[in-house]
Amino acid sequence: MSRPVIEATGLAKRYGGVAAVAGIDLTIDKGEVFGLLGPNGAGKTTTILMLLGLTEPTAGKVEVLGLDPLRRPLAVKRRVGYLPDQVGFYGNLSGAENLRYTARLAGIERAEADRRIKAAAERVGIAEAIQRRVAGYSHGMRQRLGLAEILVKQAEIAILDEPTGGLDPEATHEFLGLVRAFKSEGMTILLSSHLLAMVESVCDRVALFHAGKIGLAGRVEDLVREVLGGSYVINVQATGPNVEARLRTLEGVSSLQPDGPGHWRIEADRDLRPAVARAVVEGGGALTGIALARLGLDDVYTRYFREVRHAA
Amino acid sequence: MPREGSPWTGVSAVSFKEMADHFSSARIRILVVLILLTAGGAVYAAIENIRATTSQDPFLFLRLFTVARDPVPSFVGFLGFLIPLIAIAIAFDSVNGELSHRTMSRVLSQPIYRDAFLLGKFLGGFATLAICLVALWLLVIGFGMLTLGLPPSGEEIARAVAFLVVAILYAGVWLALALALSVGLRSATTSALAALAIWLVFAFFWSLLVPVATNLLINAGPDDPQGLLAKVDLAQALGRISPNTLFGESAIALLNPATRTLGPVFMAQLNRALIGAPLPFGESLLLIWPQLVGLGAAVVLLFTLAYALFQRQEIRA
Repeated sequence: MSRPVIEATGLAKRYGGVAAVAGIDLTIDKGEVFGLLGPNGAGKTTTILMLLGLTEPTAGKVEVLGLDPLRRPLAVKRRVGYLPDQVGFYGNLSGAENLRYTARLAGIERAEADRRIKAAAERVGIAEAIQRRVAGYSHGMRQRLGLAEILVKQAEIAILDEPTGGLDPEATHEFLGLVRAFKSEGMTILLSSHLLAMVESVCDRVALFHAGKIGLAGRVEDLVREVLGGSYVINVQATGPNVEARLRTLEGVSSLQPDGPGHWRIEADRDLRPAVARAVVEGGGALTGIALARLGLDDVYTRYFREVRHAA
Repeated sequence: MPREGSPWTGVSAVSFKEMADHFSSARIRILVVLILLTAGGAVYAAIENIRATTSQDPFLFLRLFTVARDPVPSFVGFLGFLIPLIAIAIAFDSVNGELSHRTMSRVLSQPIYRDAFLLGKFLGGFATLAICLVALWLLVIGFGMLTLGLPPSGEEIARAVAFLVVAILYAGVWLALALALSVGLRSATTSALAALAIWLVFAFFWSLLVPVATNLLINAGPDDPQGLLAKVDLAQALGRISPNTLFGESAIALLNPATRTLGPVFMAQLNRALIGAPLPFGESLLLIWPQLVGLGAAVVLLFTLAYALFQRQEIRA
C-alpha cells in the first residue's frame, strides 16, 4: 500500500468561539472515492477548504500528496482540482474562454490548453456548448464545465463540494457516472454531500460528519453492519383482523411501526419473513406484500446519531 | 510561516483578463463616449477662446488644457471631475463581484496566491485607465495641432507629459479606493454607492467644508496676522487631504508655467519678482513634488488597506 494521498490529523477550525470543525482525522488513499457526508453546517466545506490551503486550520496538521498545503499551496493547488459548491463562471465569457483563463493561471501554455479543453469538453459531454457564453448554461452544464476544468488541469485529486446539489435525478446519475469513470482512470476523488443515499453507490469509503466531528468512517457495507449490526427491516402489507397485534407478539420483533393503512415496518434481529407470513395467514388475514428492506447510509446516519443523542 | 512559491505567479494572467473584460464591457464604452463628448467640448471651447485672443503667449499650446469658456469648464476641470468616475466604474465590483458570481474560490483554487489575484486586479484596472488617458491625451494634442496649426514646443510636451503622469496617478488613487471598498463591502451596490459618496464629498463639498472647519478650529480676528496666516495654512492642509486638490494644484503648476507658488505669498516675497514670468520646467516640477508624492502615497496606502482586508477575508464562495 502506498502512502495516503490526503492525511489529516486533529484538524480543527474555530470561528470566534464556535468550532466549525472540532478535531478530525482523515486518511484517503490513492484512487479512492471518498465521501464526506453529513447535514449542512456539519463542517464538510470547512474541512475541504483546509485541505486546499484556502483556510488556515486553528489546530492540527494536513498533508496532501505529501505536501503541507499551508506551506506549499501552489504545489498542492497545481495537482488538486476543486469544484466548489454552486460553482460560478464568468457569464460574459464562453465555456472555453473560462477554462482557458484557469489554464493560464495553472501555467498551462496556450496550444496545450486548447487541446486539453477540447478533449475535456467532449469527455464531459458539453462539446457543442463550449464556445457559447456561460450565461446561457444550465446548472448541470456548469457542473460539467467544472469537471472539465479539473480534467484540463490533469489533477491527481478532485475535490467536489456538493457536486449533485440542485441537479435533477437524471443529471445526478450522469454526473456520478462521470465520477466513476474518473476513478477508473486512477484519479482520487473526495466529494461532499448531504444526500447520503445518492452518493453511497459511488463512494468506496465515507466519513459521516456531525457537528464538526467525524462520527463514523469506513466502507459503506461495514458501517451498515457495524451500526445496524444484524438488524433486519421487513416491510409488510397485509389486510385482515388483528394483524398488528399478532405481528407484535412475534418472537424476535424489536419494533413495529404502522407505515400507512395496511402497511407496517418491522425491525427484527433476524430474517423473520417466514414467521411474519405464517402469522398473518394463520390469523385469517391476507398477505399482499412482504419484503426485506435494503438498508443504506440514511438508516445508519439516523440510527447512529439517535444513539449519540441518547447517550448524551 | 514561510510559504513557498512566488507571489507573482499569475499576476499577468489576472491583469490581462481584467483588461480584456474592461475593454469589452458596456460600462467602459459608455464612459468613453461621455469623456470624448465632454473633452471634445472643452477643448473646442478652449480653441475658440484662444483664437479670439491671439496674444503673444509662449505656452499657447498648454492653454488647450486650461482655458475655460463660460459655461464650459476647462479640459483639466473636466478630467478632475470625470477621472474618479471612470476609476470607480472600473473597480467598484472587482472583488465582491467575484464573490457574488461565485467565481472567487474556483480562481483561488488555481495555483496562485491571493496577492497575485488582488495585484492583478489592480494592475489590470490601472493599465486600462492609463491606456484611456494616454489615448485621450494624444487626441487632444493632435486636435490642437490640427486646429491651432502650430506644433508644441519641447517644453510644452514635457509639461503635458508630466500632466499625463499626474492624471494617471490621480486615477490610481480612485482605483485603489474603489478596490478597497469592493474588498471591504460585500455587496457591489453598497461599494459603488460608498465610492460615489466619497467622490461627491471631495468633488463638491470638500471646498465648502474646509472654511467651516478652519473657522471652528481657529478663531482669528482681522487684527491678528499670525492667526490669519495659521488659518490659511490650516485651510490649505485640510484642502490637500482631497486628491482632487492635489490634482488641481499639480495641473495648474504644470500647465501654467507662471505659477510660482501654491501657498500664501507675502508682499516682501514679491519684491523684485517678475510677475507673470514663467518658471523653468524643473522648478514647476519641484513646486508640485509634494503633491505628486502625496498622490503616489495615497495609491500605496489604499492598496495596502485593500490587501490587508483581502488577506483576512474568509473566502467560501
